[in-house]
Amino acid sequence: MTAWFETWGMPYGWAWFVATIIGILVIALPLMLAVAMIIYADRKIWAAMALRRGPNVVGPLGLLQSFADGLKVFLQETIIPSAANKGLFLLAPIITFTVALIVWAVIPFQAGVVLANINVGLLYVLAASSLGVYGVIIAGWASNSKYPFFSALRAAAQMVSYEVSIGFVLISVVLWAGTFNLSGIVEAQQGLYGFVNGFAFNPLLFPMAVIFFISSLAETARTPFDLTEAESELVAGYQTEYSSMSFALYWLGEYANVLLMCTLNAVLFWGGYLPPFDWAPLYWVPGILWLFAKILFFFFVFSWVKATVPRYRYDQLMRLGWKIFLPVSLFWIFLVSGFLMLTRVGVPS
Amino acid sequence: MIQAIAFYLFAIVVIAAAAMTISARNPVHSVLWLILAFFNAAGLMVLMGAEFIAMLLVIVYVGAVAVLFLFVVMMLDIDFAEFRAGFVRYLPVGLALAVLLVVEIIFYGFAVWQTDSLQLARRVAPTPESVPNIQAIGDLLYTRYLFVFEGAGLVLLVAMIGAIVLTQRQRGGTRPQNIARQNARRPWEAIRKVQPPVGQGVEL
Repeated sequence: MTAWFETWGMPYGWAWFVATIIGILVIALPLMLAVAMIIYADRKIWAAMALRRGPNVVGPLGLLQSFADGLKVFLQETIIPSAANKGLFLLAPIITFTVALIVWAVIPFQAGVVLANINVGLLYVLAASSLGVYGVIIAGWASNSKYPFFSALRAAAQMVSYEVSIGFVLISVVLWAGTFNLSGIVEAQQGLYGFVNGFAFNPLLFPMAVIFFISSLAETARTPFDLTEAESELVAGYQTEYSSMSFALYWLGEYANVLLMCTLNAVLFWGGYLPPFDWAPLYWVPGILWLFAKILFFFFVFSWVKATVPRYRYDQLMRLGWKIFLPVSLFWIFLVSGFLMLTRVGVPS
Repeated sequence: MIQAIAFYLFAIVVIAAAAMTISARNPVHSVLWLILAFFNAAGLMVLMGAEFIAMLLVIVYVGAVAVLFLFVVMMLDIDFAEFRAGFVRYLPVGLALAVLLVVEIIFYGFAVWQTDSLQLARRVAPTPESVPNIQAIGDLLYTRYLFVFEGAGLVLLVAMIGAIVLTQRQRGGTRPQNIARQNARRPWEAIRKVQPPVGQGVEL
């Protein structure tokens, strides 16, 4: 796109600037729409599993429910507790929301369609998602209230713990793909055994895919691990004191994060924008549709888990993270690198 | 031009955030300013082309170390008056340290200034454009500096075990959860179905 603006006679710097801004808008605006629809989908799936109808009043089939909710919170008053640390209190939801958006810069939507094709893409994802915890901690502290503070402590411990095992899982993927670039990782998944696309079909990497999926539930604080907003213990967790748009920003950020984790599952283990089978007619479907189908599938699984699995106790959560996932993923790195040494030794990376 | 703007933006924010870190009254604010400084330092490293180091800085320092920092500082109950009282007493030592550091920086600056191009070329051996710097660092770390690298890992391991040994103490009277026993428990061991007649309770 930069080149296209250059043909209009812009210097390279400005062409790049304008192209990047447009690229950001092209990703962020549909993402917001997708988040609104995915909240509706979540509520519908959840309702269906509880044999209810779910939202069905606003618009046809209730499709406009999320927009009605958005309008409602937009018109409400933003209440700031008098004991709160005002600047940080308002900053926290902005951090959560921004961090949820910036990661999308490196997600490849189709072969060559990515905003920033950087060669440390996966590390960028890890770095940006590790920033997400600040939105929660700052909110909990700045609210100057009991329950948000407990929630912030829980969230900090939980996210740091699961980031460790996510890091190890990512390393095993990187070892196999030989690159940190997300497009490169997707390309490396093509033609496993000659007919499937995706690391998850590899028996050596499948356990990592499972660990990554469960860790991504924990990282986004979705149901079996939603101890940060366990309403029976902590009211609404770190969001307790928030109202109006600041609350809406948390909501949007949370679902943008969920979508992001679904996307990462799809990109890292299930072939991203590649069709599931390495068969020529399947490539006639544009890659972005395959990616969206995979994202939606994982989102359905996320909702499914939310509707069926009861919440973990906090010590169980920590035990799963540190005593099961960490040793297993660490051992798996040795296994994967050993296997690669045996089979690919001497091949320059 | 964008690079220059970005550089000055990051550099100014780093310096301002560092100044705020030491001058903020509230320790939690101090840590948050420190995080901002880390983050912008990572931005500077990206501008220098060291994207791997930049990402590691964000992942390790911002994502893990600073979170634990914040975690601890948030729970501290600090008396600010006591803080101020110590300020004058430690001022001479602090000033001496600051002067020492400034002198060192100046000496280092002169040393770089005076080296000729040959020495400079020896010191900085830029990696070729086509080699990503993850690969360049990996090549150095796992070939030339392998033993130093593994030694550093060993030191960290010893430090970790030391920390665990020092902080772990056995308290009497605790009832830790036996997960295996919990999982092995079956409904029929815990549940008894009874149909008590009206007016009569259940005998336990």
